[in-house]
Amino acid sequence: MTTLTLSRALNEGLRKALEANAKALIMGEDVGKLGGVFRVTDGLQKDFGEARVIDTPLAESGIIGTAIGLALRGYRPICEIQFDGFIFPAFDQIVSQLAKMRYRSRGAVKLPIVIRVPFGGGIGAVEHHSESPEALFAHTPGLRVVSCGDPADAYTMIQQAASSDDPVLFFEPKRRYWDKAEVDTEGGLAAALPMDKARVLADGTDVTLLCYGPMVRTCVEAAVAAAGDGKSLEVIDLRSLAPLDTETIFASVRKTGRCVVVHEAVVTGGLGAEIAAQVTQECFYSLEAPVLRVGAYSTPYPPSRLEDHYLPDLDRILDAVDRSFGY
Amino acid sequence: MTVKDAGRAARAGKRATDSRAPAREPERQADHAELIQLLTPEGERVEHPDYPLEISAAEVRALYRDLVIVRRIDFEAIALQRQGELGIWASLLGQEAAQIGSGRALNPRDMAFPTYREHGVAWCRGLDPLKLLELFRGVSHGGWDPTAHNFHLYTIVIGSQTLHATGYAMGIQRDGAVGDGGEAVIAYFGDGATSQGDVNEAFIWASVNNAPIVFFCQNNQWAISEPLERQTRTPLYLRAKGFGFPGVRVDGNDVLACLAVTRKAMQAAREGQGPTLIEAFTYRMGAHTTTDDPTRYRLSAELEAWKLKDPIERVKQYLIRTEQAEMSFFDEVEAEAAAVGSRVRTACQQMPDPQPVSMFDNVLTADTAQLAAERDGFAAYLDSFVADEAVAAGDGR
Repeated sequence: MTTLTLSRALNEGLRKALEANAKALIMGEDVGKLGGVFRVTDGLQKDFGEARVIDTPLAESGIIGTAIGLALRGYRPICEIQFDGFIFPAFDQIVSQLAKMRYRSRGAVKLPIVIRVPFGGGIGAVEHHSESPEALFAHTPGLRVVSCGDPADAYTMIQQAASSDDPVLFFEPKRRYWDKAEVDTEGGLAAALPMDKARVLADGTDVTLLCYGPMVRTCVEAAVAAAGDGKSLEVIDLRSLAPLDTETIFASVRKTGRCVVVHEAVVTGGLGAEIAAQVTQECFYSLEAPVLRVGAYSTPYPPSRLEDHYLPDLDRILDAVDRSFGY
Repeated sequence: MTVKDAGRAARAGKRATDSRAPAREPERQADHAELIQLLTPEGERVEHPDYPLEISAAEVRALYRDLVIVRRIDFEAIALQRQGELGIWASLLGQEAAQIGSGRALNPRDMAFPTYREHGVAWCRGLDPLKLLELFRGVSHGGWDPTAHNFHLYTIVIGSQTLHATGYAMGIQRDGAVGDGGEAVIAYFGDGATSQGDVNEAFIWASVNNAPIVFFCQNNQWAISEPLERQTRTPLYLRAKGFGFPGVRVDGNDVLACLAVTRKAMQAAREGQGPTLIEAFTYRMGAHTTTDDPTRYRLSAELEAWKLKDPIERVKQYLIRTEQAEMSFFDEVEAEAAAVGSRVRTACQQMPDPQPVSMFDNVLTADTAQLAAERDGFAAYLDSFVADEAVAAGDGR
């Protein structure tokens, strides 16, 4: 076991991915000498060379479009989109090409491409640097969408994503890059939880709290606080947003009878809406209360001096838990 | 050796050790719009100092055969659309020389990335025309294996494939497949596509990586209803200069010139001399697709003028004038084209619809639980109608 920040855990995971497969490449803006603006790719170009860790021109559509071509030639690109709000120039290549090309070819081609996206707010950034666009990709058939919530998952999940033969959108909780935890960098991936499975972080009996990415830590803290009030919250880190591990979700809600979904993304049309619909359909007779959602308001991301009001926090989560008990 | 060649040779020499090294010297290039031509519209063979072409009578006859057959396939497809057998068709009429000339310049190991109109290139690569008809009939989205003929799937979003082609070319570099016996990529697109960001990004990526790629722009003068003036105020081939690689304009209705120019550019790319932009100056003689009505936006006089530059007629005149073909040859080609057309027509009419549940196939490399559940639910839903019909039939007896 080693103590690593989430950023460093990703770095170690990427190193393992490059070592494991000679066809694996890293490409993006400033990923080389600088090591990425969050240092996630620090030192990799030095060790693996400029042909495998590629500083690209500054154009996101070009990054994903050329990654598709490299994948068609047998390579396995791991792309970095520098910030969440910069993914939209590449949206067409991701949604119209990457997600559909295997289908278009009737299975003749595979596109093992990972797109890493630092996402979410809480770091006092300027506009376009704090967004949570994951639902747009979870809505798109042909993509896998995952998010890690802690350093240990960051380390294993980035390797699992790199070894997947499907395109993977990999959302990294940027405000948790500096969180530290014990990570087992000696053991292989065999014992690791598969990337498309949710993880129950805290067993509980009263309310199921569903979360991912930056909200994982907040929800664990909320569960501790709620325990002080005599409420038992079951916290589940979804990890995979497409596909959803509905088996784990439904089993928990059937046990607790209450469900609160928490994400930083705008509530309207977000993952919480999809989860609420599915839980209502499949767990209807177990529910003591409607599924509640905690997330961002239906506004663009506000100036950072207001983000503490905009982002879900411990109090808003506990408020939703209280409301769930009110039915 | 021309100035352009000299610059190229210098670049290649500098980069002998690393084909990915960025270009430093800007290419020198004439600013006037020279149209490279080896066969005039009247069928007269002319020479160009930069593009000597030694070609046998048999090879010219083979090109003529290609031109006639792909035009015939195109005619059949338009008719099939009119008969309701195809949902839509994008005609290549008028662009046969650009496609056959460039398509026959490729080696088997080269990779081609087409738009949705490269039926002539598909023919050169050996793809069964029926695969194209599948797409336009709505039986598949293409569905061929790009590696089977080194011919990528048709791409419908304008310009997207130029980035895929460039990435593929970067893969060739990483495979060490540049140099003697090297491989290269050709990316097809049209004049309208040059306004897309992706095409400009592809130029940048190809340039800074010195990627083994040829950008083959068929300037057919029209992007649906919008004339070239709506896309550019500079000749398209000159755009290359700003990106740092050579651009040439070729008579896109001259199959020999398209062959020679593409051969040279592909060979340069294979050898590690980097990208070239070829602007094939041609004309879309038909509609954009079968849903379009060009009489709403262009004058018939323009079409009449281009008919005089027909890409097939000039080859026929050349073969006749130089006595490189008997009249019986033309009859044989016509008969063969008719046979191909007949086969395509019959096979298209008999093409079955795919099984409904097949729409769930190949979304990902493995089914998710959700996809499997949706497929099963849909199959059960379909079966319920069969059961209902059986009950209804039973009641009737």
